[in-house]
Amino acid sequence: MDIHEYQAKEILQRFGVPVPRGGLAYSPEQAGYRARELGGKAWVVKAQIHSGGRGAAGGVKVCKTPDEVHEFAGSLFGKQLVTKQTDANGKGVYRVWVETASDIAKEMYLGFVLDRKSERIMIVASAHGGMEIEDLAEDDPNSLRRMTIDPAVGLTEFQARELAFQLGLQGGQVAQMVTILKACYRAYRDLDAVMVEINPLVITGAGDLVALDAKMSFDTNALFRNPQIAELRDRSQEDPRESTAGDHGLAYVGLDGDIGCIINGAGLAMATMDMIKLAGGEPANFLDIGGGASPERVVRAFRTVLADRKVAVILVNIFAGINRCDWVAEGVVKAYQEVGLTIPVVVRLAGTNVEEGNRIIATSGLPLITADTLADAAAKAVAARPRIAA
Amino acid sequence: MAILITEKTRVIVQGMSGRIGAFHAADMIKYGTNVVGGVTPGKGGTRHLDRPLFNTVREAVEATGAEASLVFVPPPFAADAIMEAADAGIRTAVCVTDGIPSQDMMRLKRFLRRYPAERKMRLIGPNCAGIISPGKGFMGIMPPHIYMPGRVGIIGRSGTLGYEAASQMKALGVGVSTSVGIGGDPINGSSFKDILELFQNDPETDAVMMIGEIGGPQEAEAAAWAQTHMTKPIVAYIAGLSAPKGRKMGHAGAIISAFGESAQEKVEILSAAGITVAPNPSAMGETMARVLHRRAAA
Repeated sequence: MDIHEYQAKEILQRFGVPVPRGGLAYSPEQAGYRARELGGKAWVVKAQIHSGGRGAAGGVKVCKTPDEVHEFAGSLFGKQLVTKQTDANGKGVYRVWVETASDIAKEMYLGFVLDRKSERIMIVASAHGGMEIEDLAEDDPNSLRRMTIDPAVGLTEFQARELAFQLGLQGGQVAQMVTILKACYRAYRDLDAVMVEINPLVITGAGDLVALDAKMSFDTNALFRNPQIAELRDRSQEDPRESTAGDHGLAYVGLDGDIGCIINGAGLAMATMDMIKLAGGEPANFLDIGGGASPERVVRAFRTVLADRKVAVILVNIFAGINRCDWVAEGVVKAYQEVGLTIPVVVRLAGTNVEEGNRIIATSGLPLITADTLADAAAKAVAARPRIAA
Repeated sequence: MAILITEKTRVIVQGMSGRIGAFHAADMIKYGTNVVGGVTPGKGGTRHLDRPLFNTVREAVEATGAEASLVFVPPPFAADAIMEAADAGIRTAVCVTDGIPSQDMMRLKRFLRRYPAERKMRLIGPNCAGIISPGKGFMGIMPPHIYMPGRVGIIGRSGTLGYEAASQMKALGVGVSTSVGIGGDPINGSSFKDILELFQNDPETDAVMMIGEIGGPQEAEAAAWAQTHMTKPIVAYIAGLSAPKGRKMGHAGAIISAFGESAQEKVEILSAAGITVAPNPSAMGETMARVLHRRAAA
């Protein structure tokens, strides 16, 4: 789960990371007021959306007067900001962060991630910051420093010091960096983060380290023990179809094609999408109905897939272990009755209670297309798409 | 002999008196699995499914000589239950639970390293379908009838895709020595490489079907190991050719976040290591049958 920059800054500041002074605004007027309240000669106005690449997308600006702050904020509110990390619809701007502009002498990169190879928290740092880590890894791979943290011991002082020296820091900056590293590590560990990123971490003209930007992402499986983090969820930043599907126990990811998929198991879902592609079609979505799916959950899956207007065919592919084919078949029949299906539906059932499931489908009297194998199901789904008139 | 579980393996179920645990434990017993008891804190001294229940894994091990444990414990408590099994001397734990916090897994894996090799517990999963040696026994949630006894090992992240492979093989008369679901989480107990090693050393396994997916470094690691250590043929399939970058495809671990983690890149890495990659998920069975046939003819 992602949170906004200003929320990440508040959290990291609590753990001891220095951040610029700033204030949150829900309107252009409030943004202007925040600038006057903060004082000074220049302010940075930043659109709060769950995406990187905001600067290049026109979501960040340095302003010289409170009126300019007001005006720029006015151009942001309600806008769908499209960055290179969002899809074509972008993300809506409903909050704006106004902070005192910093005097920047140097920009560095600092990130904490879950490293799957070592199965530990890994620090990634570079003396060059400001750009995306992917670009950094491509342009200047030698500048990246990596360090893993033993979960039984935590981040040690010597590791933090070593990294600070590797980044070329001097004098009091070393101690400041050690404080920042330890603070980020504690925030990551205590709050079950999966990512903490400070990019850029700057050295000011006065020689001090300040986190100019901050990003945090959290382990959704651990939200049960971090209710204060769970509260920070912002649904306006999520794809409404994906979050509604999630509320009903369905894992859904919208894609560009026209063949709607209803499948059990993430691996089988991906494999079915691959098979559709190889058969000459394009999947409209990834959807995993999960284990032990009731007929009601299957109906919900149909509603979720059909909310995408592009969908011209639905392919149901179930290999039941913990699921039951008869429940899925009942769900398909129910969906026909309740949702008023008008497009072709291909059904392939296998595994637990498959005979009963196939009997329900066969005796339903509905125009369902049945398939025996994965290949057969994908081919039939592709063939069932309505022909576009020449 | 198979790997990890035979008809003799003494199995306990942690969480056996729960609704889901009881359902699958009953299935396991019906199949012939040697389930010797269960563990539910607070229910020690009672019986369930005609088996004794214990308060702690240690008591269960002392009373029954259990060697393996199937963990059916909810996510907040699962890592603790697995550590309890390791400390009590269990040799193989299989955890089905989906949704264990990743830092719990990080600490758990570190914890497992405190034991010397000869008593170190092997963890399979979490977030997996379990393990089955067809005709002998199983620990997990799979439909056992889709597996035909035979001499091909299966390793897969996804449960249902593993079922798909087993049933394609059965339709062609190719049976399974043991099928192992290693789970779809970013941090898991055993990797592809760990299980390949077991199959390589198993006299009852002739070849291995390896079913991977997008995300993580484990397929590449397995390919590098297999190239220099594996004499038995491997057939692989990687799911997620059509998956977009940076999106989590159901499994917590199924996300392309680094170089070498896309399906296309993994296929290239596996092929370069001499592993036969099935061209599509519907051809897993026939590709394996062809590889076995070629080997028999040679």
